[in-house]
Amino acid sequence: MAEEVKLFGMWASPFSRRIEVALKMKGIQYEYIEEDLSNKSPSLLNYNPVHKKVPVLLHKGKPVAESLVILEYIDETWKQNPILPADPYEKAMARFWAKFLDEKLWPAAKKVVLSKGEEHKGLIEEIQEHLKTLESELKEKKFFGGESLGFVDIAANIIFWLLVVQETLGLDILTEDKFPGLHEWNHRLLDDAVFKECVSMERLLASFKVRFGALTASK
Amino acid sequence: MAEELKLFRTWSSVFALRIVWALKIKGVEYETIFEDLSNKSPSLLQYNPVHKKVPVLVHNGKPIAESLVILEYIDETWRETPLLPEDPYERAMARFWAKFGDDKVLTSIFWGVFLKEGKEQEEAMVEAMEHLQFLEDELKGKTFFGGERIGFVDLALGWLANMISIFEEVAGLKMVDEDKFPLLAAWMQEFADSPIIKDNWPPRDKLIAKFQALRDAKLAAAASK
Repeated sequence: MAEEVKLFGMWASPFSRRIEVALKMKGIQYEYIEEDLSNKSPSLLNYNPVHKKVPVLLHKGKPVAESLVILEYIDETWKQNPILPADPYEKAMARFWAKFLDEKLWPAAKKVVLSKGEEHKGLIEEIQEHLKTLESELKEKKFFGGESLGFVDIAANIIFWLLVVQETLGLDILTEDKFPGLHEWNHRLLDDAVFKECVSMERLLASFKVRFGALTASK
Repeated sequence: MAEELKLFRTWSSVFALRIVWALKIKGVEYETIFEDLSNKSPSLLQYNPVHKKVPVLVHNGKPIAESLVILEYIDETWRETPLLPEDPYERAMARFWAKFGDDKVLTSIFWGVFLKEGKEQEEAMVEAMEHLQFLEDELKGKTFFGGERIGFVDLALGWLANMISIFEEVAGLKMVDEDKFPLLAAWMQEFADSPIIKDNWPPRDKLIAKFQALRDAKLAAAASK
């Protein structure tokens, strides 16, 4: 059955990359459209008039926006290799942690990039509080999803971006000694065939150095 | 089957009200524990160590926090009178609009318009109006966001039906103009008049007093910076 699946995305957006991970994990064929966010396509604006952002998934002509909403849509539409657990309580936990990542960790990480040197200390402490919470949630598990990669692991891809930020700005945030579990989890994820395809660490680093590296000079 | 269901809430939390409404709609019995947020119970801190907030639903000893997460859990656990549609695309739309309500509508109206004044308030008002227009458009041809009956999105946006008039009275300005947003105004009335919803609003005078105090404190703090 020919299904039309299109993804409007951007290589440097972790939210966009989440969708690529999910589609690849499920072996779904899709057409990828790379957006220039400084010059958004009429299609993107048409399909996501509310937020005008990537990612947008287009399935049989119907658009879905907001990465976590898209992930759930994908999981409910293509049932192979489930991303979310079947048990309602476990599902609730997965949704809770994904929300935590987006509403707590991501905004704190963004602030660090846009802040000056003196503000860094407080922000780093904030991020590390969140990382501590995640570290204890991970505990002895291989992945947040347990034995295999799941919803929370996909959502936690923003941690890669945090690593790029810390290297660019020369900051110690997610360190191996403080967060051994997250550190190992990170390696496991970067070893995973699908995840590897869906993050361009070197390219991100190069791009971040150009955009934000100059800020370190003004410290 | 003996089920143990507890809801930790406050008398005024609109997020907790969502859970009250959902459980009433489904006809599920539960125990209420009212929290004083200035003096949080050890139970609340134990059940929601990450955010230390209400609402928290505890089902057979297992806690769930974050109201929209709780709503989905309720819908998946008690299947009668579904809150979310069956079709995956319709479900995605419902989740999208509920998120929009919390991320954008609530933020612009409460943090932007209600808790600010002057130029900042004006700017927030412009944003809020844009957001409300999206909701107005979404209601075309429908009585409720959920269609013929109250659903997930209605519960998520339900705070509008009660809190807008409180905010308008306290801040002294109109936020949802019936002429600009006829469908939204009609929905607010329809939702507020629904039996389950009508019976569960917190007392108006208490809300006015609470939010007056909140606004005064916020504006005073901003002025002294």
